[in-house]
Amino acid sequence: MSEAPRPRALGGLLPGLPQLLAGRWGSGGTALLVWVGCLWILVTRFGRVTAAFAGAWDERVAVGTLLTGLTVAWAWSWRDASPGALPKQVGVSQWDLALRAFSRNRTAVAGLMVIVALYMVALLTPLLAPLDPNFQGALLTERYVGLSGAHPLGTDQFARDVLSRLLYGARISLLIGFVSVGISVTIGTLVGAIAGFLGGWVDGVLMRVVDIVISFPQLVLLITIIAFFEPSIFLIVAVLGLTLWPNTARVVRGEVLSLREREFVQAAIALGYSKRRIILRHLIPNALAPVIVAATLGIGQTIVLEAGLSFLGLGVQPPTPSWGTMVADGRNVLLNAWWLSTFPGLAIVFTVLSFNLVGDGLRDALDPRLRT
Amino acid sequence: MSEPLLSVRDLRAWFFTDQGIAKAVDGVSFEVREGETLGIVGESGCGKTVTSLALLGLLPEPPARLMDGSSVRFRGQELVGADEKQLRALRGNEISMVFQEPMSSLNPVFSVGDQITETLRLHRGMDRRAARAEAVRLLGEVGIPEPARRVDEYPHQLSGGMRQRVMIAMAISCSPKLLIADEPTTALDVTIQAQILELLAELRRTLGMAVLLITHDLGVVAEVCDRVVVMYAGQVVETGTVEDIFVRPAHPYTRGLLGSLPSVGGAGGRLVSIAGTVPSPLHWPDGCRFRARCGLAGDGCEAPQDLVELGAHGRAARCWRART
Repeated sequence: MSEAPRPRALGGLLPGLPQLLAGRWGSGGTALLVWVGCLWILVTRFGRVTAAFAGAWDERVAVGTLLTGLTVAWAWSWRDASPGALPKQVGVSQWDLALRAFSRNRTAVAGLMVIVALYMVALLTPLLAPLDPNFQGALLTERYVGLSGAHPLGTDQFARDVLSRLLYGARISLLIGFVSVGISVTIGTLVGAIAGFLGGWVDGVLMRVVDIVISFPQLVLLITIIAFFEPSIFLIVAVLGLTLWPNTARVVRGEVLSLREREFVQAAIALGYSKRRIILRHLIPNALAPVIVAATLGIGQTIVLEAGLSFLGLGVQPPTPSWGTMVADGRNVLLNAWWLSTFPGLAIVFTVLSFNLVGDGLRDALDPRLRT
Repeated sequence: MSEPLLSVRDLRAWFFTDQGIAKAVDGVSFEVREGETLGIVGESGCGKTVTSLALLGLLPEPPARLMDGSSVRFRGQELVGADEKQLRALRGNEISMVFQEPMSSLNPVFSVGDQITETLRLHRGMDRRAARAEAVRLLGEVGIPEPARRVDEYPHQLSGGMRQRVMIAMAISCSPKLLIADEPTTALDVTIQAQILELLAELRRTLGMAVLLITHDLGVVAEVCDRVVVMYAGQVVETGTVEDIFVRPAHPYTRGLLGSLPSVGGAGGRLVSIAGTVPSPLHWPDGCRFRARCGLAGDGCEAPQDLVELGAHGRAARCWRART
């Protein structure tokens, strides 16, 4: 990448601008978006921000996010545009190379920007949403109100604001996607690495467990487990996290099987490192690239899965808003009140699409066969 | 004479495979004394790498197994059958190894500094800062220019020779008493080979460590070794000082190896090679294992051959003709 001079002062004035001028629209755009968005909330909803300081924990998280967003976007842009911050020449790791490859992939960067925006919105929801998601208007006059100034995305059958519910629903979907994939990736990576490295009967036992878990039809398994217990967000996260790990385990085991024949693992043994150290420090970091790709794609899948469960009434329970339940609620009145199902449906599509774009971009960037 | 640093007695490493028992190392004995360089030479498949791996218990078990009676003593401590914890304390600390393939011997996701630092912190208990300073010093010692800058480089940013230097830096980081170098220069081009050998020789002098050099390259042996063990078909066929081996080879196999070397200034004729190939370790021939390829094979060769002592200093050859 050529080094155009960067007008640093602009970074202090408007974060992201120096990067945008230098042609780095991904990082510049994200910084600008975050900064302008946070500033806009701060200015237009100043009263709510001050009140939220003493509010519930999610309100305080929102205020924290707001202030962090403002400072980080500004400080990063300023530091990044400083004359000393040239691209690294020394100590360029494979992650750095992958990051460079990723940032050249326009669709993936766009997807990442959407995801960043979504998570910002999810965290800032208490400050953003026009109304409480469970606030009911006058049931006689304000049910099924179409798009209007007071209700930008209309109201539902209980005269609740669809936009507010959509925003709060984002928190549920993104949280479930992120946490359950986090759990499944952690378990899957450890199981796969241990099975692959130790081999023998350990490998046999662990992989048979994987085979058993994987051979259940996933949705049926989920429905069965949930049917036994009271449905709750915690249960859904736990069940998703505990049923999706076998895929990761297989991927990691495959990687480790080929890695352990490499000489650096032999060298690590010859240097007197323990098995634990070799697995955690030497094998897992090397097996991580396909895991990251699978995890990104997995978040998208999990969001769809959660929406499906909620659609069937087995997921998040009313009145807690979730995209899946909202789609289900609106399907009977689709012809009269199309906005009920359409907007949460679109939200699911765009979110999952973004995760898939980023996942594909990561796959291209991390695939070792494209580099040496 | 005092006790040798490393004493290998009747080492037998057999592999139990579906095709049968491969007796890759079949009764090997040798000694490494403090501060000396011992070369183990032989063709591919003669068991030299298996021997080196067996010393530190690095053979995969199963399929490999060290047979009863095998003994590896390092400074009086028996290593065969020692538990994993004792071996780990030795590996990389008192005995370290350098491998053949520097391209894949370093972990690709960590900087070279991190990798050297890890060894220092583990075996020498250094804190992060001291270990980093020591890593920079070690990189300088193995002849890497600008060590303070290179310490943050990743393996893929270094050339093969540089990587081998980093491997050596890791190997010497805990001042080992014995360095096992398994074909350390095979994957490098000739000029770099010479540099690496020189580096090993220099480090041996300054650190006072012994080097066990595994190689198939007699030129390398002549250059850096004090004593030589020639291996063939899982056995030691001849031992002696470098002069003995090169000037007065006693075993026909050693002579064959020497005869197949090109000589500087010699006639430009065809190179001589030893006829035939190394037999399979699944079926070593009865009697002298070199018999089928030996030009001198005759009546005395049907019996299994013992090592024949030839004078003092551990000079010996596994051939009955050497007696006369």
